[in-house]
Amino acid sequence: MTTATAGAVPEPQATVPSTPTGTSGRSVDLRRTPAQQGRFTMARTLRYAALLLFLVVVLIPVYVLLVTSFKGTGDATPARAWSLPQLWTLENWQGAWTALSPAILRSVQMVIPAAIISAFLGSLNGFVLARWRFRNADLVFTLILFGMFIPYQAVMIPLTQLVLGLGIPSGIPSLILLHVVYGIPITTLIFRNYYMTVPHELIEAARVDGAGMLRTYWSVVLPISVPSFVVVLIWQFTSAWNDFLFAVFFSSSQNGPVTLALNNLANGALLQDYGVSMAGALFASLPTLVVYILLGRYFIGGLMSGSVKG
Amino acid sequence: MLKTLRRAGPPLLLLAPSLILVGVFVYGLIVANFQTSITDNHTAAQATGREPSVLVWFRNYTDLLASQAFQHSLTNLVLYTLVFLVGTMLMGFLWAWILDKPIRGEGIFRSVYLFPMAVSFIASGVVWRWLLNSNQGEQASGLNRLFQNVGLDFLQNNWWNNVTFGITAIALPAIWQLSGYVMALFLAGFRGIPDELREAARMDGANEWKLYRHVLFPQLSPIALSALIIIGHMSLKAFDLIMSISKPANYQTKVPAVDMYVFKSSFDYANSAAVGAILLIIVAVVIVPYLMHLHRQEKQ
Repeated sequence: MTTATAGAVPEPQATVPSTPTGTSGRSVDLRRTPAQQGRFTMARTLRYAALLLFLVVVLIPVYVLLVTSFKGTGDATPARAWSLPQLWTLENWQGAWTALSPAILRSVQMVIPAAIISAFLGSLNGFVLARWRFRNADLVFTLILFGMFIPYQAVMIPLTQLVLGLGIPSGIPSLILLHVVYGIPITTLIFRNYYMTVPHELIEAARVDGAGMLRTYWSVVLPISVPSFVVVLIWQFTSAWNDFLFAVFFSSSQNGPVTLALNNLANGALLQDYGVSMAGALFASLPTLVVYILLGRYFIGGLMSGSVKG
Repeated sequence: MLKTLRRAGPPLLLLAPSLILVGVFVYGLIVANFQTSITDNHTAAQATGREPSVLVWFRNYTDLLASQAFQHSLTNLVLYTLVFLVGTMLMGFLWAWILDKPIRGEGIFRSVYLFPMAVSFIASGVVWRWLLNSNQGEQASGLNRLFQNVGLDFLQNNWWNNVTFGITAIALPAIWQLSGYVMALFLAGFRGIPDELREAARMDGANEWKLYRHVLFPQLSPIALSALIIIGHMSLKAFDLIMSISKPANYQTKVPAVDMYVFKSSFDYANSAAVGAILLIIVAVVIVPYLMHLHRQEKQ
């Protein structure tokens, strides 16, 4: 995208000693005068100070969650709000697990099929729209993409009537359907952008060999789609797990996912038991956090595709 | 004709399940929703079809827009969007800017800044509800207590219980959750700018500010646009955080998405649908030109 301006650069390899660009910054240091080095360390210290400050600010809610979840009822006075527990206890964690475990199980039953089905549909669509094109393929793609941006409030009333009319049971079955349907735009987008990078020759070769569309998809495209599948599965898993809007309209505390159960736990009690709800919030976030920690790279991949630019 | 069908047939067949689903669940339901929004379907009996609804055209819309309560929702939406956008863009850009030059431990900072994105609004609402507790003085907990502890008592306030600006307090957790995302976008943008471009500018004698102003900012503007669209679009749909931090019926923090839920809960389907349609129009005004812009770019 920057070829026009980059072409004017005379010598890309020319070393400019005073600029710490690129990854070889450390070796450049040697060529600095002491004054320059002083300024350099000064700037770096400032950067670290700022980064650490922001790190602390971002982690404040985590501190509160952890500390409060281990506090007993005796510790619940406002004066001790920010202190460590006087007596560390697991009561809140037990309470939260009892309250939330059925809903966590339902969430698992919901996100796995939802993620797999919508990933598969997205892969088929992406392949056709990127590499087995027909007239107006781009228009069809834009029309599908629009579904990603609509506020679901704008379809919610007839949607509840439609789901009821189709006779789909409230709770997890309805939610699987909704996550699949409304996941189609984003999964199509991610796969299409990925397949756009697959060389034409690969598909053409299969075509010349007489393979039809499905055959080409199955034996040429699908095997190289693993990275995209990981990105899409993680993305769909996270958004379905964290969804609250559909949960509140299509399920109840008896048959709903963990977000609904957690919200009821946190807002339902007359006297607010922050210890239990904070332990519950940690339980409810654990699966997505684990995925984020283990597969963060792919998670970011999904975020990037979410920005449409691909 | 037959040839066209043979060429376009198989791909369309493969697309068919998705096309039908999106056609019905997105476009079909938008139409159905609009149809409900122009009736007088305001009671439970009408909602369940026991009593007929009459066409009233745009009366629900004009009534809503004239009502003080809905105007308050719209004002809240504007305030929330403004604070959310400015907050995430500033923090996101700042973090990306600091992290752009190589620095040890970059991965750790980046991961920590980004992690709130993996958490649901409902889970983060649990802790932010505690942090944004409006009690002050002796009874203070949450951030108000923290301000006391570090000697910044004057910063204590009643957060989301303020009638006019309460909604901006709800934007704080939203900023906390999404700034890392904007950072990731900008960081990718910074990394996408070839080093030669910076060096060429420096050789031409550009100082740091000029380098940013004339070289880096123009390169980053498509990213900034994407970020604005994504965050702005999330903001217009704000619902989860408000539901978990305040209460849906809470006047201070209500926005159209919450109104939609409250109308639906009281079986006022017509007004609920009208609010949904208004939200759609607001979103479409922003999104449709953006999609067309992308579509044109793709063609080039």
